[in-house]
Amino acid sequence: MKRASSLIPVAVFAVLAGAMGLGLTHNPRELPSMLADRPTPVFSLPPLLPAMAGLQSQDLSKGDVVLLNVFASWCGGCRYEHPMLMRLAADKRWKLVGINWKDAPGKGAQWINDYGNPYKLLGDDSSGRTGIDLGVTGVPETFVIDRGGRVRYRHAGPLTPEVWAKDIEPVIAQIEERS
Amino acid sequence: MSAEIGHFALILALLVSLVQASLPLWGAVRGDRGFMALASHCAVGVFVFVAFSFAALTYSFAISDFSVRLVVSSSQLAKPFIYKLTGVWANHEGSMLLWVLILTLFGASIAVFGRNLPAPLKARALAVQAMIASGFLAFILGTSNPFARLDDVPLDGQGMNPILQDPGLVLHPPFLYLGYVGFSVAFSFAVAALIEGRVDATWARWVRPWVLAAWCFLTIGITLGSFWAYYILGWGGWWFWDPVENVSFMPWLAGTALLHSAMVVERRHALVNWTILLAILTFSLSLIGTFVVRSGVLTSVHAFATDPARGVFILALLVLATGGALILYAIRVPALKFGAPFAPVSREGGLILNNILLVAAAATVFLGTFYPLFIDLIGRDKISVGPPFYARTFIPIMIPLMVAMVVGPALKWKRDTLRERLSGFRLSLAAALLGAILVLAFTLGTHLLTALGIGLSLWIITGSLLVVASRIKLGRTSAANSFQLLRQAPRSFYGLVVAHMGFGFVVGAITTVSTWQQENILTMLPGETTTIAGYSVNLRDVKTVTGPNYDAERGTFDISRNGALVTTLQPERRFYPVQQQQTTQTGIRTNLISNIYVTLGEQDGQGRWTVRLYYHPLAPWLWLGGVTMALGGFISLSDRRFRIGAPQRAKSLVATPPAEQGAVA
Amino acid sequence: MFPMAARKVATAFLLLSCFLGGQAFAVLPDEVLKDPVLEARARVISQDLRCLVCQNQAIDDSGAPLARDLRIIVRERLTKGDSNEQVVQYLVARYGNYVLLKPPFQADTLLLWIGPGIFLLLAAGTAAFYFRPRNMKAEAPASALDETEQSQLAELVKDI
Repeated sequence: MKRASSLIPVAVFAVLAGAMGLGLTHNPRELPSMLADRPTPVFSLPPLLPAMAGLQSQDLSKGDVVLLNVFASWCGGCRYEHPMLMRLAADKRWKLVGINWKDAPGKGAQWINDYGNPYKLLGDDSSGRTGIDLGVTGVPETFVIDRGGRVRYRHAGPLTPEVWAKDIEPVIAQIEERS
Repeated sequence: MSAEIGHFALILALLVSLVQASLPLWGAVRGDRGFMALASHCAVGVFVFVAFSFAALTYSFAISDFSVRLVVSSSQLAKPFIYKLTGVWANHEGSMLLWVLILTLFGASIAVFGRNLPAPLKARALAVQAMIASGFLAFILGTSNPFARLDDVPLDGQGMNPILQDPGLVLHPPFLYLGYVGFSVAFSFAVAALIEGRVDATWARWVRPWVLAAWCFLTIGITLGSFWAYYILGWGGWWFWDPVENVSFMPWLAGTALLHSAMVVERRHALVNWTILLAILTFSLSLIGTFVVRSGVLTSVHAFATDPARGVFILALLVLATGGALILYAIRVPALKFGAPFAPVSREGGLILNNILLVAAAATVFLGTFYPLFIDLIGRDKISVGPPFYARTFIPIMIPLMVAMVVGPALKWKRDTLRERLSGFRLSLAAALLGAILVLAFTLGTHLLTALGIGLSLWIITGSLLVVASRIKLGRTSAANSFQLLRQAPRSFYGLVVAHMGFGFVVGAITTVSTWQQENILTMLPGETTTIAGYSVNLRDVKTVTGPNYDAERGTFDISRNGALVTTLQPERRFYPVQQQQTTQTGIRTNLISNIYVTLGEQDGQGRWTVRLYYHPLAPWLWLGGVTMALGGFISLSDRRFRIGAPQRAKSLVATPPAEQGAVA
Repeated sequence: MFPMAARKVATAFLLLSCFLGGQAFAVLPDEVLKDPVLEARARVISQDLRCLVCQNQAIDDSGAPLARDLRIIVRERLTKGDSNEQVVQYLVARYGNYVLLKPPFQADTLLLWIGPGIFLLLAAGTAAFYFRPRNMKAEAPASALDETEQSQLAELVKDI
């Protein structure tokens, strides 16, 4: 009896150590999106550029695979991922749309004019409310939305080829399989 | 060159440490005095090498040697000299070296001050200490080498987080490490006793001063950390239940329990198994803390070097040290037969209650800190556990402790009656109730928790004084006699009283600040006046100033009362161009009873500045109370009965040498 | 002179008793609601909401822009007539339980909330086990000291 009870501390510790070890493989700051497998909330954003239409939530469920990218002119990571977005824009397999989040008037448009516009549709969310409705905590963030308008994946941070291959490509493949 | 010497010294330290970890153990088994004594020599040697290495690193920082990678990332030419020096430990590698420095310092201290320790116990304890040191030295040399060089030497460093350029950084980490690395001594002695297979009657006597010393330092370290957060972060907050705060608080809770249970071992030779386990757990909590801070497993304000690769190494060390000790515990403990019986109502019983509550409290903090991780691992939900959780769970556990801690020290050993004891505290109860009722009256019955907090605080403070009064038989004998009894009381008695009172101060301060702090947030033009807590505050002007490595906007506030100027405060908003970071320097005025706290915010573009004024009643006692607790601990430490190396100075008792030497087969 | 003192005491009384408690370290003047009752509710709610881009701060304590946005949202929802619970749910719907500093009471947090109580019971139970009636004479401490040394030790360790 005494022998058994004296094993309890080791046993408890073993479980804890295991958990901490596993914890090393997790990123505690990674937040899963509340929208997983759900449609986005309804929103309607005015156009950022005079020549283009804005972005409405209906645009996300028109039967395409949609990549929704949230960016801002004051965001360094957005600048970093921009070339990748330009490449993605050309691909016919999906529709790349954008939201300019919490930018001062004119700044977002200036940024697009300077670096190029990869987006088919581009909405102006200067107040940041639509972003908050989408659960955005910072920029850049990219959502993968399926043909039915449901959010399948959310990536927080710049898009890189590694992220694309490891996280986003498989999700898109899954969507294609189903349809 | 100095970096290479420092590096080499570290390697030598590891080699000697490995010797210290092995040969003395063999020597203890064989009864070989030479090999056992080797432990002491090695311990001093390891410390000297590590100290040398640390000095070399400090030198590199002092001369701003930018060929050393660490100096580049943690320092810059424009930094004030003192912060160049403290920059040594403002990063992962350097602070790890400080950690090991303190570990080996304690090892050397055991070697030097433990002259009257039985040789085998000493040898084994030093060997265990060396095992830990070897592990961490290997960690530093393998993954966190502070002496790594750069091929391209930059002209200036990248500086350091400006928040760390502060006197708090000079003191907080060293004291914290002295505390929680100090518990390694108890750990080593516990494991040594387990290896030996027995716990001497005097084991607790040897260990308790070390536990007490570590406890004192940790108390100061935590107090400093809290105070530092208060004045540097600009929010007026002083405790956030942040994971990194929690991992320093858990060893403190366990260490307090250890301190008290060791008393039962010493006096009554009971609770031995439990105390050994607690000694292992306290230091293990320190190791877990080291792991958490440096591995990125939990999010926190402190996030040091969040490197999972290093995390794996530390976890391995943790598994070896704690896992090994606990396995040894499981094997050896059934054989250790102890237990002088005692009744539930007794000093021992009180100390057991103390342990129950403190350990439950520590477990609660642990649960709250690690629960988000557990849930993430199994359920994929991300949750947060913040102050509201701890307020509802930690505080209720501490309340019975606060009640019992007054009566406990007055209980007799082995058996006592509660009614008799409690009758001696009628005055304290009256004071507590009076305080609570007054609070309820002032707040019109709305603040029940406040009334409880103030009542408990008065209970503890007056109760501690009553313990003194009872001991010196105040009122029951002549004043001269009382005075004589007062002078004769051992220092450990004073230590107890002072430490407990300090805790009472802290409880009172926490309650008061939380309930009655006031704030005034507004925008002001230079020249305008506002008020806070009966003081009149005039913003004289806001000027731009330049510091050694920053630019700042400094506001000058004149604080007056009844037309007389009380003080002038100059909070700043600093911008450090190298790090592109902004910090807030608060203006604090204290009269040691309350604080007036002012921060300067942004300008709204029209000349109006955002100003935040706070009044924190009794806030200084949050930290003065902590210092008082540590002071009590130091007073106890100075008790001559802890200086075991001088039995001949005691009254004619010990003619024979301590029986332990030679009792080992 | 006496009326002066009395007035001071009365002011102190009033200051002390009027204060509603709560801390809002980062709230900007332009966020504060005109209605003090709503503002007080906003503060209470905000203290239990996590700033998502900080490390362990409530939105009330953080200077981050997102924290400000969330503070403003809390006040907007309150002004629109939401109950405290509804305001909190509004944010949980967007950010998950992570935004709550007080963990929700649900199936997977049951252990968290009753854990402390269990620890207390376990510890008390272990102690009670220790106190179970035993033959007081049978257990003598297995000490290496003989009688003389024990009494010497007792002398040395007299009153702690």
